[in-house]
Amino acid sequence: MTAVPHLQIKNLRAKIEEKEILKGLNLEIKGGEVHAIMGPNGTGKSTLASTLMGHPKYEVTDGEVLINGDDLLEMEVDERARAGLFLAMQYPSEISGVTNSDFLRSAINARRGEGNEISLMKFIREMDKKMNTLEMDDSFAHRYLNEGFSGGEKKRNEILQMMLLEPSICILDEIDSGLDIDALKIVANGVNEMRSADRGFLIITHYQRLLNYVKPDFVHVMMQGRIVKSGGPELAERLEAEGYDWIKEELGIEDETVNANV
Amino acid sequence: MAKKAPEIQDYQYGFHDKDVSVFRTKKGLTREIVEEISKIKDEPAWMLEFRLKALDIFNSMPMPKWGGDLDDLDFDSITYYVKPSEKQGRSWDEVPEEIKATFDKLGIPEAEQKFLAGVSAQYESEVVYHNMQEDLEKLGVLFCDMDSAVKLYPDIVKEYFATVIPPADNKFAALNSAVWSGGSFIYVPKGIKVETPLQAYFRINSENMGQFERTLIIADEDSFVHYVEGCTAPIYSTDSLHSAVVEIIIKERARCRYTTIQNWSNNVYNLVTKRAVAYADANMEWIDGNIGSKLTMKYPAVIMKGPRAKGTVLSIAVAGKGQHQDAGAKMIHLAPDCTSTIISKSISRDGGKVTYRGLAQFGRKSEGSKSNIKCDTLILDKLSTSDTIPYNEIMNDNITLEHEATVSKVSEDQLFYLRSRGLSEAEATEMIVMGFIEPFTKELPMEYAVEMNRLIKFEMEGSIG
Repeated sequence: MTAVPHLQIKNLRAKIEEKEILKGLNLEIKGGEVHAIMGPNGTGKSTLASTLMGHPKYEVTDGEVLINGDDLLEMEVDERARAGLFLAMQYPSEISGVTNSDFLRSAINARRGEGNEISLMKFIREMDKKMNTLEMDDSFAHRYLNEGFSGGEKKRNEILQMMLLEPSICILDEIDSGLDIDALKIVANGVNEMRSADRGFLIITHYQRLLNYVKPDFVHVMMQGRIVKSGGPELAERLEAEGYDWIKEELGIEDETVNANV
Repeated sequence: MAKKAPEIQDYQYGFHDKDVSVFRTKKGLTREIVEEISKIKDEPAWMLEFRLKALDIFNSMPMPKWGGDLDDLDFDSITYYVKPSEKQGRSWDEVPEEIKATFDKLGIPEAEQKFLAGVSAQYESEVVYHNMQEDLEKLGVLFCDMDSAVKLYPDIVKEYFATVIPPADNKFAALNSAVWSGGSFIYVPKGIKVETPLQAYFRINSENMGQFERTLIIADEDSFVHYVEGCTAPIYSTDSLHSAVVEIIIKERARCRYTTIQNWSNNVYNLVTKRAVAYADANMEWIDGNIGSKLTMKYPAVIMKGPRAKGTVLSIAVAGKGQHQDAGAKMIHLAPDCTSTIISKSISRDGGKVTYRGLAQFGRKSEGSKSNIKCDTLILDKLSTSDTIPYNEIMNDNITLEHEATVSKVSEDQLFYLRSRGLSEAEATEMIVMGFIEPFTKELPMEYAVEMNRLIKFEMEGSIG
């Protein structure tokens, strides 16, 4: 991947069962950029994350998403991952009997492809290094994937995966929820360490808190399944200070959730 | 785990070499055939008598109706005895080349070189290659094929043979008693701990050929032995029958572990009776993996006869298209303070059927005994089914019985999660399945764990629609 990563979302519409949640969303993310999407509950933020990754529950009804010029929506979930997309999930699944390290190595090798597998020694070195950055105990390598992990441990584990898989477009879905301030700093640290011209970020969050530690280049506000306002870091600060009401007022929105009839 | 494409393109164990058998009986089961088998083996009269009595019992017993479907099993279309070569190979050099080639494909010589103390590999009906390391002999451990044991150690064999599983136990035990051939005999003297696993491979390699091995293990007081039996079979078009009997006697304070992985081709009826008797403070562990076969009916049992005896069954069953795994365990507590554990893991896919059938029995004297039973089933698609049929017989009020059963499916969210990290749907499913059976595979010797993973990987291929 030599070109600068590029994710283009054009007029994306998606529904779950018969209910439309994304209602024409546009967004463009390039390598080197950190975008934050903020918004109250029920405005479609997590749906956007899951739809981009290809969760089978969501059906895309209109629009287009390109990753580095290729049609993302045509790809299977694992093809999207191999194309460089990564989603740090809000509620990661637990897989019993599979150790974290076995899983991580399989995931890295799936990404690298046959004949190009990472050597065991190199893998262990890499994993140890990243686990140190995230202040994770050695025992995490041998515990079963997310099984019995606390909320905060799961989030750290998501970031660990992101660091090891080195994706080009990273989506973080409420990675800050359930984290105390120390854990939040550690997670933010991991994200900051990965910021580079070769990588774009989309950070989905309720709160401005995380953005104190991971400075976004762009801040977007999502309401009614669309981005209704965009700006720089100052927008996040104003939202923190004043809440969302002023935007609703400005745009004449009464019900900001996707349930609204628009 | 799921890092590589499988090394196997074809069904790895589906090969079969040219039939080198030098003698086989006619199809079907008659008194003459039983006499012929005994004569070829040059057996003592008592064994022939035993066989003939068992034949009568077999003929008088009805087909069992309580378990899997046996309607298509035709006793007349089976060859009951095939002798693979003139004499038993004493050393590797004497083993015929074609048989060696088959063993090469199974990796037996390498396995032996690595760490195994003794290899006795059953090719068709008879053990053709058997080699025991000298240090085992020095310890006084007897390890040979069952046929030889009848001649070499008649006193020990007579004392224990068919004491745990008499011919009248069930129709298939009777059948085995009448026509048995091959299997292993192990005697571990008092106080001797055999540190390396003893091992045998079994295969069916002749069309329409039954395999009726008979294994007898005696662990004398304070001894330890681990016996490992791996099993892979070629694919054939007509039905085949495997009906083994395994009897184990564990004396006071001794411990025995018996590990089996069976991967029968999907036309084999696998109807096996396995039972151990554990005396005071003795410990029996059955590690039992059942993959493939048309129908498996197998319920390893531990009869805890002495106080504080322990029994464990750790089993997995995998049923695919057209397959029924009717498997489980029996724990019979007959003395005070016995403890038993059953962990059963079943997987059904592609229309396969798994049944857990288990018995927990507590006799009048089983004061203070405990049993813990856990049955987990993983169903991979809508076509597949599972059943749990536990039987409890409790004659003592002062016992503890815990039973837990779960049935789960591979969830959409789990698959999505793993696939979002770049694993294909097949790799993701395989990883979830491997995780599910991990409590079983972690108990296997290393090379068996590797083989097990390969077999499961193979089983899972093509199961993803």
